[in-house]
Amino acid sequence: MQVDWFFILEKVLLITGVLIISLVVAMYSTWGERKVAGIMQDRLGPNRAGPLGLLQPLADGGKLFFKEEIIPGASNRFLFILGPSLAMTVACMTSAVIPWGDTLTIAGHTVSLQVADVNIGILYIFGVVSLGVYGIMLGGWSSNNKFSLLSSIRAASQIISYELAMGMALIALLMVTGSLSLKDIVEQQRQSGVWNVFVQPLGFIIFLICSFAETNRSPFDLAEAENELNGGYHLEYSSMKLGFFLFAEYINMFISSALMSTLYFGGYHIWGLDSLHVSPNIVTILGTLVLFIKTICFIFFFMWVRWTIPRFRYDQLMRLGWNYLIPIALLNMLITGGWILWHQH
Amino acid sequence: MQTLTNRAKPVDRRPMNFLEKMYLPAIGKGMVITFKHIFQKKPTVSYPEEKREFSPVFRGLHILNRDKEGRENCTACGLCAVACPAEAITMEAAERKPGEEHLYREEKYAARYEINMLRCIFCGFCEEACPKDAIYLSETFAPAHYKREGFIYGKQDLLIPLPGEQKNA
Repeated sequence: MQVDWFFILEKVLLITGVLIISLVVAMYSTWGERKVAGIMQDRLGPNRAGPLGLLQPLADGGKLFFKEEIIPGASNRFLFILGPSLAMTVACMTSAVIPWGDTLTIAGHTVSLQVADVNIGILYIFGVVSLGVYGIMLGGWSSNNKFSLLSSIRAASQIISYELAMGMALIALLMVTGSLSLKDIVEQQRQSGVWNVFVQPLGFIIFLICSFAETNRSPFDLAEAENELNGGYHLEYSSMKLGFFLFAEYINMFISSALMSTLYFGGYHIWGLDSLHVSPNIVTILGTLVLFIKTICFIFFFMWVRWTIPRFRYDQLMRLGWNYLIPIALLNMLITGGWILWHQH
Repeated sequence: MQTLTNRAKPVDRRPMNFLEKMYLPAIGKGMVITFKHIFQKKPTVSYPEEKREFSPVFRGLHILNRDKEGRENCTACGLCAVACPAEAITMEAAERKPGEEHLYREEKYAARYEINMLRCIFCGFCEEACPKDAIYLSETFAPAHYKREGFIYGKQDLLIPLPGEQKNA
């Protein structure tokens, strides 16, 4: 069989690029989070390490690397190490199916700016996101600490409950688009010029709330409630294993922001971009930039919410998930179905 | 019931309606408030680069003054030590020898003059008690030290430097 070296090289470069970009964005999200928190609380935020405090993430990372690594004596050593590794791996895996841009033409080859255009992209994302809870569960459980255990129980039940509503919000979206491939969804939005958020506003709000819960972000950060569980599942962790847990949260935030931009906000599409009279390669690059700007807006939104709303109580969280979001998601599906039926006749 | 102020508000205990249970309108209101704070003036003073201005009556670290010819004003009369409510000032007097007229203004001077900055309450009574205008409270405050001994300021710390002479901090 003929081996297509160009294809392999292209994919390796693309995977490396996507990974590096996710890591850098996550790194600077920690800086951004502190800056946003500071500014919203009428402070300045980090400004000592480098200009505007831009070297702060490096300083934090360096600190975490040099910290002493402690593995509790009563813990399950294998699972204790597996926990943060799994959290990190899973966080990085989702980025594979997100179309970061349209196609580039390099030396006669057409290069797609998507690592894998699988036709079940959304299903893949669901599968990987549900795996994410295992990192937290294993980490919390293997620490052999009651606070960590409580936290992992919370995280597990929270993520499972919110996945349902999230899935149903997405089913309504699938009914509209008729495709599970993320690339198709973006191209449809590009061709019609109507972003899915205008077609599915209710579905978007449900998806947004659920992605807050899925990424363990405030106001749903019960799993790491500092004041009642001392940090929860990463209570016993130190050094870079703690860093992995914290980092995974930021990567998750980046990926779900990118996902929301892709599914509901047209991905790399912006009105007027296709009618520019420039070469298709430049259009593609501009489209990728547009996607990143959308993603960064969502990341800012995540932070903005975190520094506004206090944490939900556990029973409120469960009631919101099961009694409100799931019925509303079902209603949204019903309306969407009725609307499609009405249009067909 | 008589209330202390008329600012008391009765607590609304009605059960929440559907919109309130959705939390979204209230969350939106809160987010508008935090967004407004982005554009507000920050009260932070970036300390080493920028220093907070003291009021004109600020009382900080003491300095021992000299006259126009660079001679020490202090005559070790001890009035400041008597006036000090915290008993932070100690001194030892000595007689001026012939040939030292360019160093000390009067025939008696302080051979040792110490202020314990941990005891001092910066009330400024020493400044008021001094008949020779020898002690003043400046606009700096005591820096941190690792040991208690570092807070006992001797003459070399308190005397203002001669013109043209750099005081090593």
